[in-house]
Amino acid sequence: MTTETKQIEELAKREYKWGFVSDIEADSAPPGLNEEIVAFISHKKDEPAWLLDWRIKAYRKWLAMDAPEWPNVHYPPIDYQKIVYYSAPKKKKQLASLDEVDPEVRKTFDKLGISLDEQKMLAGVVAVDAVIDSVSVATTFKSKLKELGVIFSSFSEAVKEHPDLIKKYLGSVVPYSDNFYATLNSAVFSDGSFCYIPKGVRCPMELSTYFRINAANTGQFERTLIVAEEGAYVSYLEGCTAPMRDENQLHAAVVELLALDRAQIKYSTVQNWYPGDEEGRGGIYNFVTKRGKCAGADSKISWTQVETGSAITWKYPSVVLQGDRSVGEFYSVALTTKRQQADTGTKMIHVGKDTKSTIVSKGISAGRGQNSYRGLVKIAKGAENARNFSQCDSLLIGQRCGAHTFPYIEVGNPTATVEHEASTSKVGEDQIFYCNQRGIDTENAVSMIVNGFCKEIFNELPMEFAVEAQKLLGISLEGSVG
Amino acid sequence: MRVLKEDPEALLSRFAAFESGLNGAKTAWAHELRRAGLGHARELGIPTTRNEEWRYTNVARLAKDAFELAAPAPVAPEALKPFGFSGLGGPRLVFVNGHFDAQLSSAGELPKGVVAESLKARIAAGDARVQAHLGRYARQAEHPFVALNTAFLLDGAFVFVPKGVQAEAPIHLLFVTTESAAPAVSHPRNLLVFEDGARAQVVEHYAGLSGGAYFTNAVTEAAVGAGANVDHTKLQQESLEATHIASAEIRLARDARYANHSISLGGKLTRNDVNAKLDGERVECTVNGFYIANAAQHVDNHTIVDHAQPHGRSYEVYKGVMDDEAVAVFNGKIFVRPGAQKTDAKQDNKHLLLSRAAEVQTKPQLEIFADDVKCTHGATVGQLDKNALFYLRARGIGRGEALRLLTLAFAEDVLKEIGHEALRADVAERVHRRMEATTALRSGA
Repeated sequence: MTTETKQIEELAKREYKWGFVSDIEADSAPPGLNEEIVAFISHKKDEPAWLLDWRIKAYRKWLAMDAPEWPNVHYPPIDYQKIVYYSAPKKKKQLASLDEVDPEVRKTFDKLGISLDEQKMLAGVVAVDAVIDSVSVATTFKSKLKELGVIFSSFSEAVKEHPDLIKKYLGSVVPYSDNFYATLNSAVFSDGSFCYIPKGVRCPMELSTYFRINAANTGQFERTLIVAEEGAYVSYLEGCTAPMRDENQLHAAVVELLALDRAQIKYSTVQNWYPGDEEGRGGIYNFVTKRGKCAGADSKISWTQVETGSAITWKYPSVVLQGDRSVGEFYSVALTTKRQQADTGTKMIHVGKDTKSTIVSKGISAGRGQNSYRGLVKIAKGAENARNFSQCDSLLIGQRCGAHTFPYIEVGNPTATVEHEASTSKVGEDQIFYCNQRGIDTENAVSMIVNGFCKEIFNELPMEFAVEAQKLLGISLEGSVG
Repeated sequence: MRVLKEDPEALLSRFAAFESGLNGAKTAWAHELRRAGLGHARELGIPTTRNEEWRYTNVARLAKDAFELAAPAPVAPEALKPFGFSGLGGPRLVFVNGHFDAQLSSAGELPKGVVAESLKARIAAGDARVQAHLGRYARQAEHPFVALNTAFLLDGAFVFVPKGVQAEAPIHLLFVTTESAAPAVSHPRNLLVFEDGARAQVVEHYAGLSGGAYFTNAVTEAAVGAGANVDHTKLQQESLEATHIASAEIRLARDARYANHSISLGGKLTRNDVNAKLDGERVECTVNGFYIANAAQHVDNHTIVDHAQPHGRSYEVYKGVMDDEAVAVFNGKIFVRPGAQKTDAKQDNKHLLLSRAAEVQTKPQLEIFADDVKCTHGATVGQLDKNALFYLRARGIGRGEALRLLTLAFAEDVLKEIGHEALRADVAERVHRRMEATTALRSGA
């Protein structure tokens, strides 16, 4: 222990050697991670000195940390020196309109079904801050949001245009020293989204960002920061798709949500990254830190997630219920099939009085998938009359999959009421038989039953996402029956 | 760089003296077991709270205190009076500081072939049944304190019920600790073997005769044969300054019926591990517990119900009442192994918090690898129902008595499952008396 502290101290004391600033003209950094790379990323993005300092601080802290071993997932150790920490699709230049976007890039977007033209036509419905790898390619509907004072931009743009806001809020919910992957992200984050809803404003449209992983071997280190001022409301959608890959890709994102007095943030995710082939080769490693802070009284943060992709998911969207009467919600569907492994759940930290949290988690395991729910409900000493209800249901399809539940409940105040329920069941043969009798084939029957099982969660998703999520479950379960 | 364990040398340093003191008891195979235990104990160390299994229970202090190995001491028969059970009629084996005391023990009535004796005596007598089972079930290679117990394995109870024999009268195993000048540790080791179709009731009972910061580190192994029916109660009434760590490892063969009732009333720091493996088809297993703690008591219950074969049924209810600054930890695992189809497992963990400063950490855990199973678990933490309290108060029942009544009703779910009627009544009586000693239930504050 003492040697460890010493090591950290030494690292922290070490002078940061400026001045080497790399002349590398490449759009990708060479593989590997060191202070030069961190500085290279920062330099590439024209960041102010304080942000570089912050990154370096995180990098030094990261060196002294160990990758967590407690999750119920298994994978070969990651060589962090083999990862490319920065890559841009093209040399950055100012774009006047969508037409200037590289046609190749446009084509990939079309393939993914997120045609920007279509988005444009849907004017006023959804604003998209599309991210390809690390650089924000195009941003739309900004002007409309601008009228209301809503800031919705890529992270690097926000660093340039609203440095005061970024400086104030970056790391305020997930500190740079939080955990192994969050700290790594803090050191090397490439880009992401920033969203700021001013006092009393109700954001008129669902904000959405599509992330996708492009170049092989490029880790994605997204950083999202959403701040809702007093009485503000925002609904934010995040959806992900990625094409076939041969090598495992690391994705270690950080999402920070901050809700002040009476503010509400609704954050929805549909994640269908490449899960790997039948043997689990080539899937994405999704190690994400998501946390919301209900800093103000009567604030509310709600996470809804549909997780169908990735070879390994390690993700616990959390809410710190600091303000009195604040509310935290977590609705989740996690599907694992083939050789996918998911260790996901939530943390509800009750600090304020009369705080309330609800957890509804549905885990579906098929094929050789391993699905774990891991959640923490913590009632701090001063959290009078805190209330929590948790429900975790698991559905098993086939004999080679597994479903696991690890709920941690820590209660330090006797006025709290905490309830946890969990059940495990399978898709009944008689249910399938009933459907077969009525002319519904087995695959569709399973899809129907699974969708029924998840209905509570889909009801929480915005309309367009709910439809997509249902289809996604159907596609993901294809071939897992029989 | 995570510190997962502390150096156990302070505890292990007594081994050389212990070994040379064994003399005649140094049977070769038993000593091999001890040596292996010592190796594991050295390797596993004393866990820190960085070890997930010990996350909420800090035992690092045990690595620092130099515990003497507890020595036999004279005890007057009257001193055992508070720990006797009336109306059981079975034998009573008394162990003082971990050593069998023949004079305090009584034979009772047992059917032919049933053995209830000192383990040390049976090892010395070269009993093949002991050799066949001892050390086969306990996890000495994984659990640091089981390893420690195995290293210092000396005495405890050996209970054997032959095939088809019905031993109706409960067998009472009483482990008492006397006050000693320096803190002492005892490592009782029990082996319970029930052959096919046997029927028996066993009460494992730990008590402190006076105060003292002693340390009891007990391990019980039980093998339950096919179709056997066993009711196993563990009552813990240690001194309020004592540390009590106990592991029970139970192996269940097909069609067995087994119930474990773990009642913890004493001890400053208590850690119980109850692991039941359903190792045959159609086993029915109950794993229950009740604990009440006040002042700075810390009660940690870890259970594993391991469904290894199909058609198993398991029921688990753990309930705790926490007062003052007491801390409760519960970690209940249910495993359903691949192929253990048609498993039906239920688990429930409920806590009553009576004071502002009391704390509860609970983790009910399911790990399921088979699809055709029914598994549910639930956990709640809360206060007594205000309406129920009002109902009793409106009928002229004093606040303190009303609280005790409601708390006893809360405990009833667990107590009512104890198989033997007289034993059940006696345990309930002790729980009731224990309640009167806690702040909230005494004063009705």
